[in-house]
Amino acid sequence: MRIARSVRALAAVAAVGLVVSACGGGGLDEPAASDSAPAESAAASEPAAGGDAEGGADASGGTIKVGFVSPMTGPLAGFGEPDQWIVDTMGAWFAANPIEAGGKSYNVEIILKDSQSDAKRAGEVAGELINQDGVDVVMAHGTPDTTNPVADQCEANATPCITSDAPWQPYYLGRQADPANPEPFTYTYHFFWGLEDVSAVYQDMWSQLDTNKKVGGLFPNDPDGQAWAGAFPDMVSANGYTINDPGLYQNGSQDFSAQISAYKSNGDEILTGVPIPPDFTTFWTQAKQQGLTPKIATIGKALLFPASMEALGDIGQNLGTEVWWTPNYPFSSSLTGMSAAELAQGYMDASGKQWTQPIGFSEALFEVLQAAIQAAGGPDKEAVASALSTLKVDTVVGPLDWTAGPVPNVSKTPLTGGQWRMTDGGEFPWELVIVSNSLAPEVPLGGSVEALK
Amino acid sequence: MQWLNAVIQGVLLGGLYALLAAGLSLMFGVMRIVNLAHGVLAMVAAYLGFIFVNNMGVPWYLAILIVVPIMALVGYALQWGLFNRALSKGGLAPLLVAFGLAVVLTQLLQEIFTADNRRIQIGELGTASIQITDSIYLGWFPIITFIVAVLIIAGVQLFLNRTPLGRAMRAASDDPDTVKLMGIDNRRVYALSTALALATVGLAGMFIGMKTQFSPTYGDLVLIFAFEAVIIGGLGSLWGTLAGGIVLGVAQAVGSQINPSYGLLIGNLVFLAILAFRPQGLFPKAVTT
Repeated sequence: MRIARSVRALAAVAAVGLVVSACGGGGLDEPAASDSAPAESAAASEPAAGGDAEGGADASGGTIKVGFVSPMTGPLAGFGEPDQWIVDTMGAWFAANPIEAGGKSYNVEIILKDSQSDAKRAGEVAGELINQDGVDVVMAHGTPDTTNPVADQCEANATPCITSDAPWQPYYLGRQADPANPEPFTYTYHFFWGLEDVSAVYQDMWSQLDTNKKVGGLFPNDPDGQAWAGAFPDMVSANGYTINDPGLYQNGSQDFSAQISAYKSNGDEILTGVPIPPDFTTFWTQAKQQGLTPKIATIGKALLFPASMEALGDIGQNLGTEVWWTPNYPFSSSLTGMSAAELAQGYMDASGKQWTQPIGFSEALFEVLQAAIQAAGGPDKEAVASALSTLKVDTVVGPLDWTAGPVPNVSKTPLTGGQWRMTDGGEFPWELVIVSNSLAPEVPLGGSVEALK
Repeated sequence: MQWLNAVIQGVLLGGLYALLAAGLSLMFGVMRIVNLAHGVLAMVAAYLGFIFVNNMGVPWYLAILIVVPIMALVGYALQWGLFNRALSKGGLAPLLVAFGLAVVLTQLLQEIFTADNRRIQIGELGTASIQITDSIYLGWFPIITFIVAVLIIAGVQLFLNRTPLGRAMRAASDDPDTVKLMGIDNRRVYALSTALALATVGLAGMFIGMKTQFSPTYGDLVLIFAFEAVIIGGLGSLWGTLAGGIVLGVAQAVGSQINPSYGLLIGNLVFLAILAFRPQGLFPKAVTT
């Protein structure tokens, strides 16, 4: 079956070149159409599927329009990849189960837009959603490059905004005019974890092995790398760890000999960082070539998706990363009642692909949406924003509570740590085993930390 | 010793840059086409390699023997169907066509292969190395890449210098109108030149795909290094491109040794310095002389 699929893919690639060239200038038009799939409107609302027709007590309140900005193409597309499925699933759910709020019943129309992994584009489509499509609420997820410009648009246009999948520091502090004196936002709300969580999880993982507490830091010169490199040394010093940071490198670097020399000469036994996947592969391959052998490596961003592990190959065994969500998280959806495992299985059945962590968070956005509209008694923008500021809801990614801090507008989700292990003839070649739950004891452990070979 | 290590690793890296830049240099040298789709075409080759190696289990060196001819065919078809028509419409047209092609191919790759990162698996070879001194290790894969780059550039240069078709390519580059008077169909010569260029792109794409993870947009990230190698070496000169690749690789590796944040920066500064003080590059115009 694999071969059949690859033959088809091969034929398609071969055809691409020939078709494009054979058709000359005119041939460009057709494939280009597939490029622009930004405005895909999911037909969520067969008019009044539930509601007044059979609802009896409730009067129809009309349709709530929701804009959903997701990086579906470009370098961040891994985050947005499940979103078409999520939107279809949620659309079907709301069609059968309209939101009941303030004694009325509301249909939901979801408008999915592609940010193309570009911060500027993300802001533009958020503006279109608000000003042209007239949405009541905007949602977005997938790194600060998506969440921040969308949230800024919403704040400027007084439209409620729910976002996720970006550590809260770059989201909250990164959008402040003066990060030293942060001021709360009125319309924009976020749920995820922060750098204090990821550094605590990593230290818990490091402490499970006997090391010299010297940590090599691989931090790129991008918003994530700057935030991590700035925060980590102080966050780990209390436990006796020291970070050896040779300096922030540029994304796309093709040679990491200098860093490898620096870690070797300092005798670092622990490795951490937040590189993009291709850079980490370049680094880790060179590290193996040049005899760098840390006992443990905990890496953010690069090891998020199973596809990255497949690409890394054998040398990925026991690499560690932070874990936001897995099918083993003991939570279920406040919307559909599905458990984390059922949600992940639903995606795998529909796509044939392994589950990824953003799936839970994409679904949770819709849970927050319904909870906020119900708490507000309807889609009035001021009321929804005000409801979000004190909202509490138990979602498939964990209990959310916007009154608990760490800052206004942000609710934290439970973070754990995991190591990637090759499966022995399983359905997928890699599995993420949870090895640290010190911050979230309710999440079951799958094993303990194993040293790199 | 760390500095020596940086220089050696930089030279090896330069081999990959030169391999990627050779096709760019050739297309510019013969047809004056700045092929902005160069990076994504390398990714097309990498995905082809991925299919053969990872999905069908073909050994990587055999996969190269399949991918390179396919890319050559694609090159011939591209030149015949697209670039030759664009060339007749003036200087800017081929550039725009290449840009459009890059956008279309990137999106098509994503449509077919998704944005997941991939890598062509070469097993143990990827991490195998030989130890030279206490602190200097040379990876076998970078060594192989470097040797292949030198052989390819030497081979293409010999081809241009010694064969009738090579002479026709140089002639078409120097004076297309006179070449037509001599009874040579310069459109066919161009198509063969692009076929040759894309054959080298096929090779470069395979090596990039084996070196690290790639995705449909990764080609754009490495394209800039290929451009810099071409400019540093001198537009249209293949030996110059090899030298340019090595200069760029060493500048980046040594820059990183000073401070990792200077790596790409110093590479860019060398590139700027060449543009400012020796805009013709280190070895200008060897293709056509």
